Amino acid sequence: MQNNPFKGIISLFTSAIGRIFVSIIVPLITFLVLWQGFIFLRDTEANQFLVVLVAIVWGVGGVMLLYYVTNWLIEKLPKEWVNRLQPFIFVGPALAILAWFLAIPTFRTLILSFQDQTSRVFVGFDNYIFALTDRIMLEAFRNNLLWMIFGTFFSVSLGLIIAVMADRSRFENVYKTIIFMPMAISFVGAGVIWKFIYTYRGEGAGIAEIGLLNAIVIALGGTSQPWLQQPPWNNFFLIVIMVWLQTGYTMVILSSAIKGIPAELLEAARVDGSNELRIFFNIIIPTIKGTLITVSTTILIFSLKLFDIVRVMTGGNYGTNVIANEFYLQRFTYGNAGRASAIAIILLIAVVPVMIYNLRQFRERKAF
Amino acid sequence: MSKKTKSFKNQKKVSSIIVNGVLTFICLIWIIPTLGVLVTSFRYSENIFRSGWWTVFPHRGYVETREINIDPDTDVNGPITIDGVTHTFEEWREGITMPDGDRYTWYGNKRTLLVKVEERKWVGFETDLTLDNYKDTLTGKEISFTDGMGNTIVRKGNDLGGAFLNSIAVSIPATIIPIMIAAFAAYGFAWLNFPGRKFFFTIVVALLVVPLQIALVPILQDYTKLNLNGTYLAIWMAHTGFGLPLAIYLMFNYISTIPRELLESAFIDGASPFTIFTKLILPLSVPALASFAIFQFLWVWNDYLVALVFLSDKTRVVTSALAAIVGEKGQDWHLLTSGAFISMILPLIVFLALQRYFVRGMMAGSVKG
Repeated sequence: MQNNPFKGIISLFTSAIGRIFVSIIVPLITFLVLWQGFIFLRDTEANQFLVVLVAIVWGVGGVMLLYYVTNWLIEKLPKEWVNRLQPFIFVGPALAILAWFLAIPTFRTLILSFQDQTSRVFVGFDNYIFALTDRIMLEAFRNNLLWMIFGTFFSVSLGLIIAVMADRSRFENVYKTIIFMPMAISFVGAGVIWKFIYTYRGEGAGIAEIGLLNAIVIALGGTSQPWLQQPPWNNFFLIVIMVWLQTGYTMVILSSAIKGIPAELLEAARVDGSNELRIFFNIIIPTIKGTLITVSTTILIFSLKLFDIVRVMTGGNYGTNVIANEFYLQRFTYGNAGRASAIAIILLIAVVPVMIYNLRQFRERKAF
Repeated sequence: MSKKTKSFKNQKKVSSIIVNGVLTFICLIWIIPTLGVLVTSFRYSENIFRSGWWTVFPHRGYVETREINIDPDTDVNGPITIDGVTHTFEEWREGITMPDGDRYTWYGNKRTLLVKVEERKWVGFETDLTLDNYKDTLTGKEISFTDGMGNTIVRKGNDLGGAFLNSIAVSIPATIIPIMIAAFAAYGFAWLNFPGRKFFFTIVVALLVVPLQIALVPILQDYTKLNLNGTYLAIWMAHTGFGLPLAIYLMFNYISTIPRELLESAFIDGASPFTIFTKLILPLSVPALASFAIFQFLWVWNDYLVALVFLSDKTRVVTSALAAIVGEKGQDWHLLTSGAFISMILPLIVFLALQRYFVRGMMAGSVKG
């Protein structure tokens, strides 16, 4: 045993030089393995099932490995340094990603918004003048306003009505699941669903309308219409889609707020002879006011950023353009990064009040 | 007394009927659009154009029962009399309802001399259904079908099968990675002390409502420089970046409420923060992790904008593939409807199976824009 040839190697690895050697070689191997994975995924023509599997393992495993190896490295340092650096293993990656993907881009977009479409020449406020005065943008602002007012109003009030009514029914969960279900459907999928409802084939011998809305209109004695091509009403036909998608959200949140109202409060009002309508307006609404505001704000911001529905249904034509779609068109169709950035900054400014409100709430909570 | 309770009971019964009636009506409105698409996705394309999808259900309608051959000596340019009723050729072609309720329609042009007779009767369920639409949408190979005009169309399929796999490759890591990073960060914020702790968390809160449009232009520049466009890694990182503020916020709310005593003994035993995190915090946080996972999964799977910007044709996901069918072939309803269903099926299963967790996550996250 004394002459075990491995002993020399083991002692080499436990020596200081060996430790440094290992500390370099392990991250290096980790990096090489991850890099090879990346190259494979980028260039491979292998069977797609295999690629998907490798992608998932590589992506998820890679992140775990990175955390593990960095921590392992740091724990090799003197105790004092471990205490100083270890918190940053935990928050560092998150902060780096937030900085790269949200915080710094905000400033970069701000700079871009003062430059021309090639992002080389500064043009002052030209892009903002476009964004705030151009006919197309004004139309987009008007439509976003319609979305924000009517979309929010109908989603929230329908959600509230359904929540209050479902609270009194034995089949509450069935109703709620059905109303809630569209939340799982993508806007593109919802776009197809509703495009089929609105579809129009026109008049002619032997042509049957296959869209439900036109079939109903004809059955009631009217004539079929190309619903999505008639401004300004087509905006409302698009807003219906959002209401269909979002009512489930408002309903669920409001429903839990309603369930939080003390039963004695409602019972007392009923004993006093208040009818249900008065209970609704004088007790339920004031009690859940905070939740109502939160839900409405969420839907408001949502309608401000709305993109997919308009993109899929009309592409912003026929007077249905919205801000987020114009952003996309400017950047990716017309290749004008400057104008697109100015539009993005306007979207950001629009949500600043909510941001301030959130920060104030956070400070009051004294979570720290 | 008993009379009063009885009337109260009656009143309750009436209001319960009204409530259930109204709710059933609303639920029908909610479910019919999806039902229409589901039914249509199983019909042959020529049938889709011939009649509305609702005709697959039993209904009273006109059914062709026989044909009448017109005497070749008839003057087709003047008024034509068939079975005692006289109309012009154009009127016959539009279709005439006879006194006995049958409908006579001239078929084709003037020389065909053929009239089809339809009787109004009960029609049962349409049984002429098919799975071919799903096959045609899923494949990337050549497909053929009959369009609304009766022409046979041959073209390349939309390869939604491939897009579905891409969606999985995008969604699963883009769900797990942000949760992992957020859980680490939330633990750091809640239980470790480091300079700038409060400042950094304030930034996280501020970033909650920032619209992602603000980041698209600069990030695209970076990806072009790094040659990352169109790779899975690019979209995972983008979704991680955009999902992180909410994820950190939710995970912090949960992890910071874990009772101190639970961790204290581990600290005293000299366990490192890393061990405490993996052995104690993660198992304790499973409910919060699950809630956010469902949230993020549905968000990533259903996302269109981020995928449109960062993915290439080779890696495109179901939403982009479906939107492409809408753009190129807006009237091919057999492909659109089956495509829509393929894109919906997985999120619907996840949603219905894990609805409870989803609701919990939504409640906690209702501060986000």
